[in-house]
Amino acid sequence: MAKNEIKYLTAIKQEKPKKKFCRFKKYGIKYVDYKDIEFLKKFINEQGKMLPRRLSGNSLKYQRKVADAVKKARQMSLLPYVTDLLK
Amino acid sequence: MNNYELMVIFTPVLSEEDFKSAQKKYQDFIKENGGDTVASNPWGLKSLAYPIDKKTTGIYWILEFTAPSTVNEKLKIQFLRDEQIMRHMITKLDKYAVEYNHIKRNGGFPVHKAVEA
Repeated sequence: MAKNEIKYLTAIKQEKPKKKFCRFKKYGIKYVDYKDIEFLKKFINEQGKMLPRRLSGNSLKYQRKVADAVKKARQMSLLPYVTDLLK
Repeated sequence: MNNYELMVIFTPVLSEEDFKSAQKKYQDFIKENGGDTVASNPWGLKSLAYPIDKKTTGIYWILEFTAPSTVNEKLKIQFLRDEQIMRHMITKLDKYAVEYNHIKRNGGFPVHKAVEA
């Protein structure tokens, strides 16, 4: 056993992750517009890749709509396919 | 009669009146084939996220129209033939999309949309 390994008597209390909610259900947004870049930027990371559902917290139905809108925006070069420090 | 939304990117070297005449040409083309335009929204010169045909800027134009489903195929042929157009995309609008565009045009959204997340 490594000499300097610190042993805790009780488990370290991790900070409870913020309860994720599907913003589409909460705010009643029904349509994801592929032209609305600022809104779509919330669902992609710095490299321009789409965030998975576990990070974006969307429900399946709206995650697919977001994915569809992001792909359309990329097709019409409103969003880059790959980049760095997008935000 | 379905609702469609057309987005077109013209080459940046297009002059203002060419841009206007191209818009008019396509709107008349849709009218001839039994459709009619709901709203035309030219964005003008915008920089592209990645270069298309070695060009980094393009003139965007968005047209919302209703047309029978046979029109899109003819429209596509026109776009492919026209060399001023770099890229085009026609999307079908469902009822939520139509409502969204309608709200967006006259009067913005209620404030709470901006404050979310």
